[in-house]
Amino acid sequence: MTKKNSPWATVYMALVLVLLYLPILVVVLFSFNSNPGRTANFQFEGFSLQWYKQLLDPVTGYGAPLRTSLLVAFWSVLVSAILGTLGAIGLVRKPVRKSLLGRAGNVGLTLGEQVAVLPIMIPEIILGIALMALFVLLGVPFGMMTLVLSHVVFCVPYIFITVRGRLASLDPGLEEAARDLGATPLKVLTSVTLPLALPAIISGCLLAFAMSMDDFVISFFVNGPQTNTLPLKIYSSVKVGVPPHVNALCTLMLATVFLVVAISQLWQAGAHKRQEHRDKAGRVKKLAAKMLTKPTKS
Amino acid sequence: MPEHKVLLSLRGLRKTFDTQEALDGLDLDVFEGEFITLLGPSGCGKTTTLRIIAGLEMPTEGSVHLDGQDITHLAPEKREVNTVFQNYALFPHMNVYKNIAYGLALRGMDKSDIKRRVNEMLDLVQLEGYEKRMPSQLSGGQRQRVAIARSLILSPKLLLLDEPLGALDLQLRRQMQQELKSMQQLLCITFIYITHDQVEALPMSDRIALMRSGRFVQLDTPKGLYEQPHTAFAASFIGETNLVTARVEAIKEKEVLLNIAGFTLPCYCEDWLTPGENILLSLRAERIHLSALPVNTPCRVTGELIESHYAGGERVSLIRLMDGQVLRVRATTESEAEPELGSTVYAWWNQLSGVIVRDDRVSS
Repeated sequence: MTKKNSPWATVYMALVLVLLYLPILVVVLFSFNSNPGRTANFQFEGFSLQWYKQLLDPVTGYGAPLRTSLLVAFWSVLVSAILGTLGAIGLVRKPVRKSLLGRAGNVGLTLGEQVAVLPIMIPEIILGIALMALFVLLGVPFGMMTLVLSHVVFCVPYIFITVRGRLASLDPGLEEAARDLGATPLKVLTSVTLPLALPAIISGCLLAFAMSMDDFVISFFVNGPQTNTLPLKIYSSVKVGVPPHVNALCTLMLATVFLVVAISQLWQAGAHKRQEHRDKAGRVKKLAAKMLTKPTKS
Repeated sequence: MPEHKVLLSLRGLRKTFDTQEALDGLDLDVFEGEFITLLGPSGCGKTTTLRIIAGLEMPTEGSVHLDGQDITHLAPEKREVNTVFQNYALFPHMNVYKNIAYGLALRGMDKSDIKRRVNEMLDLVQLEGYEKRMPSQLSGGQRQRVAIARSLILSPKLLLLDEPLGALDLQLRRQMQQELKSMQQLLCITFIYITHDQVEALPMSDRIALMRSGRFVQLDTPKGLYEQPHTAFAASFIGETNLVTARVEAIKEKEVLLNIAGFTLPCYCEDWLTPGENILLSLRAERIHLSALPVNTPCRVTGELIESHYAGGERVSLIRLMDGQVLRVRATTESEAEPELGSTVYAWWNQLSGVIVRDDRVSS
C-alpha cells in the first residue's frame, strides 16, 4: 500500500495463480466433454452433460457415497458445533478470572486453547493411523460411528477457532451486565452469549462441513466395509485412469465447497462489520476495514 | 439528603489479585437515599470496590451487608443492586426496548406490565420513540440513558455507576450530571458513583470517599473534603492547592504558631503536632490574596512576584518566598491593579483557609 508494486510482482502472482488453478480448470472443462471414451480427458470434442447424468446412475452412480458423506458431515459437524462452542466459551470466559498462565495468558492462545486446536496441526496420516489403532484397540466396529468420531476430531478446531475469535472480541462486560440484571449463568448463555456467537458458530460449522466432505486420508483409515464416502469412492474409481464422470463429480464438489466457504466468509465479514460499527472507539479500525471490504458489500 | 438508616455496609474489605493488593481493608457505611462518590486516581481500587458490591468480584476478606443482610457471597443476579457500566454494556443484538425490558422479562413479568414500565423509563430518560433502535444506532449520550433506564427499571435498592460519564464530551457530561442528580432525588434511590474527576464529584455528591492505593483517605462531605482536607493527597487531588512547608514554633491552646520562610503566623491547631517539627500547610490557590501594600492581618507573607498570567476570569500569579517556595495564587481579575513582575508583594489569607495536613506524599 505504501510502495508501488513492481510489475514483476504482478507477473509472479499471475504465475502462482495459474499454477494453482489451471489443473482445476482442466477438470471443470473436461467434465463437460462429449467424448464418450475413457480417454476423454485428453481430447475435448464438444459440450455435453452426459457425465453429470452418469453420476445419478443408481448402480454405478455416486448417490450412496454422497449420502454417506453428507450423513457423516452432518453428524460430525453437529457434535463438533456443541463441543467447539462450549469449549470456546469455557476457555475464553473462564469462570475463575485467574488462569493457569496468569493474566498474561489472555494474550494469544492459552495452553488450553493450543491443545484444542492441535488436531489440525497433526499430520492427517498420523491422526488416521492413531484413530484406526484406537478403534481396533477398543473393538469399535468400523463404519458410520468411527467415521463420525474421527471427523469430529478435526472438525472441532475449526469451530473452536472461529467462535473463540468472536467471543474474544466481545465485551466481557455484556455477560456481567446480564448477571447484574438478574440472569442466571445459564440464562446469560442462552440470551446473550450464544446469540452473539451465532454468526461465528454458523461460519465455523460451514468450514467444518467443507472439511468433512473433503476428507480422504483419515476416512481411509477408519471407514467400514459398508461405508464409502465420496472421496473414498473417487479414489477407488481413479485407480485405473480417471473416468470422465469423476471430473463432473469434482466440479460439483468444488462448486459446493466454494459456495460454502464463500458464505462462511461473508457471514464472518458481516458480523465483523456490524461489530465494528458498534465499536465507537475503533473509528480508525472501522475505516481500515471499510477500505478492505468495500467490494464485497453484504 | 442523607437519612441515617444504613443501607450498605462494607467491613474490612480486602482484595488481592495474584500478588497485588487492590483493596486494603475498607470500611464504609452508605445511608439510604444518599449520593456517595468514590473518588480517586485510576488504579486506586474504586472499580474493584464497586464490582465487589455488585457481586462480580469476591472479596479476599471482609463482608458486604445490604439492608442488614450479608450478601458477601450472594450471586450478582440475586442482589438488589444494579450497575451502570463504564462502557454501557448494552446488548448489541437487542433493540432499545428489549435492552430496557431485559431485567423485567427475566423476572417473568407480564408483557403488558413490562411495556408500561419500559415506556415510563423511556419517558424518564427522554428517549420516547427510540424503542426500535439498535444500540449501534445511538449516540454515546443516548446509550448512556438506555443503560441507566435498563438498571433503574428494576427499582434497585442501590445503583452503582462506574464512571458513567467518562466517554461523553464535556458539555454532554455537564448536562447528564444534572440529570443524574435530579433522577436520583426524584426516585430516592441510593447511588454509589465512581469517578476520577473531582470536578464531577463535588457538585453531585452528598458525601465523597476519597481513595488511594486501596484505602479510603478521607470520607467527608464535598465541603468538608475541600475546606478541611486531612492529608496532602486529599488537598492536592481536589481543587488547586499550595502545600507549604512550615515549622511549628509554639503550640497554644487552640492555635499553633508556624514559621513560613521567616514569617511567624498563626494557624488552627492539630493535636498531633509537636514544636520544632516541619509540617505541611495547605493553602488553596484562590484563597490567597495579593496586594502591593501591607495588609493588617496575622496570616501574611511577602515574596517576589515572578510570574503572572491573565486567564479570563482570573489571574494566576506565582510568588517566590524568601526560602525559595513558590505560592500559586488565583485571583479574580476585577481586583485592583496588578503589581509589576519582580516587585515585592504581600500574600495574605484568612486564618481558616490555612489547613495543616498530614504529609502522605509518595516520596520519589
